[in-house]
Amino acid sequence: MKALGKIGFALSVFALISPAILFFLWTLSLALKNEVDNMAFPPVFIPNPPTLANFAQVLEKNNFLQYAWNSVIVSFSATGLALLLGVPAGFGIAKSKASRAAALIMIARVTPGLSYLIPLFLIFQWLGLTGTLAPLVITHLVITVPIVVWVMIGFFEGLPAELEEAALVDGATIWQAFRHVALPLARPGITVATILAFIFSWNNFIFGVVLAGRETRTLPVAVYNVLTFEQVSWGPLAAAALMVTAPVLILTLIAQKEIVTGLTAGGVKGG
Amino acid sequence: MSLALTDTQTAVKTGKPNYARNYWAFVVPAGLVVAAVILLPWVFTLVMSVYEWKVGSDPAFVAAANYQRLFTDERFGWAVLRTLYFTAAAVFFPMVLGVAAAVTFQKNFRFRGLARTIFILPMMATPVAVGLVWTMMFHPQLGVLNYLLTSVGLPPSAWSYDAVSVIPTLVLVETWQWTPLVMLIVLGGLASLPQDPYEAAKLDGASNWQMFRHISLPLVWPHIVVALVIRTIDALKAFDTIFVISNGGPGTASETLNIFLYQTAFAYYDMGYASAVTVVFFVLILLVSLVLFSVRQRTSYQ
Repeated sequence: MKALGKIGFALSVFALISPAILFFLWTLSLALKNEVDNMAFPPVFIPNPPTLANFAQVLEKNNFLQYAWNSVIVSFSATGLALLLGVPAGFGIAKSKASRAAALIMIARVTPGLSYLIPLFLIFQWLGLTGTLAPLVITHLVITVPIVVWVMIGFFEGLPAELEEAALVDGATIWQAFRHVALPLARPGITVATILAFIFSWNNFIFGVVLAGRETRTLPVAVYNVLTFEQVSWGPLAAAALMVTAPVLILTLIAQKEIVTGLTAGGVKGG
Repeated sequence: MSLALTDTQTAVKTGKPNYARNYWAFVVPAGLVVAAVILLPWVFTLVMSVYEWKVGSDPAFVAAANYQRLFTDERFGWAVLRTLYFTAAAVFFPMVLGVAAAVTFQKNFRFRGLARTIFILPMMATPVAVGLVWTMMFHPQLGVLNYLLTSVGLPPSAWSYDAVSVIPTLVLVETWQWTPLVMLIVLGGLASLPQDPYEAAKLDGASNWQMFRHISLPLVWPHIVVALVIRTIDALKAFDTIFVISNGGPGTASETLNIFLYQTAFAYYDMGYASAVTVVFFVLILLVSLVLFSVRQRTSYQ
């Protein structure tokens, strides 16, 4: 009876994770097969022999590396700026218990990304910034700043106040107490905030699809625009999809503990 | 100087320095950026919603005409109904499955960490990439899903290529993608529960279901409501996968409010009207969130 329960439990775990496993295995299968096998019916499940030709084709034919570089610049800048702005803000809000400021941040979480885009699109056009990466970095702050502030509020609230107060009593300025006492203690929080901000910036599609020009596309936009419009066949499309999402999947596997902590706390998500 | 003086005065009164007011400087830089990229666009949208403005021509003040137009625009009305239909289903299934998954992952078992990581991969993966692969799987003739259906004796489906099945298909993708977030939030609640009630219940011979129903569920209810609110907001504003998989089609069969908004603003460049749509959309989201939060305030689980 107990063994039966154990088997039942193992089956339910398997049932929960199999949709994810099957999906990514099928993506891999599409990416590693030649075109004949991809168009075969019944489908060929195991690539035989597996080929890297699809990956090579994606890298050769399109400006894939250019788009990857755009993505790297946008996501790193938006995450870096958000840390510079958001970590002190999280500290300030947590210490002064300004729940209204926190609520204001939540508005960003609730608003559909598209609603920022109409005015920002017009402003960027007016400023002549379209065609550069600046509009993308700026709009990605809409995603990254709230994530960083939200995660950091939680972390700074959890820190014991005594250490900082001791520093203040000893004559340190608030800035010194923040810089030398609170900040080092909050390092795990900063890691969580960095990872989440980076992932949701990297994944963002909606801002790029409106604001990016031919040369400034980020990877998600490029995969959607270039590949689908050129009617590329399934193999290269799956290979490109895999390459776009691979950094995020690898980061999730490495930093799953931090990601779970961050998401459990606030349920943050951008866009 | 005056600030320091006030601090000393407070310190004298309470015996403990009050530094609260000095922390505003930390918030200013982020506050300015939030104002520039979040609040400014909001003001702009509110103003534009009372103008008729197509890109390339001068804006003309039309008062409430854009809002009146919403009431007579059938395409907008259908988009609202579709959004509600999609949202109801895209909240229900992830909630049920997410709570079930959280209860499963609450137990300690070998490879739990790995299983949990695999389980959350769909929500971390890039939505556009995911949407493209789903599209290939949904292909009526060559897709792997119809092969799997027919090989177990079920009729094939037209998935996202048919007006009736497109929304259930999109709900399927949304459920696959966002059940993990519900699971994580509820699991966070379950992890913080005390163990004593379970031990006492076990001694009294309670079954697993009884323990879930009478101990876990009432205690973790606030977390379930938080997950419900977050899931509802996200489902209302779902965009990426719908845009990639069906782009609102076939025809307008899966055109939700967010897709309608995109079309109005960036296909027709009808910015004034799109601004009015944005305002109504935001009010709808705000109303739904407020209703759900007030439910949370009033009903603690019995």
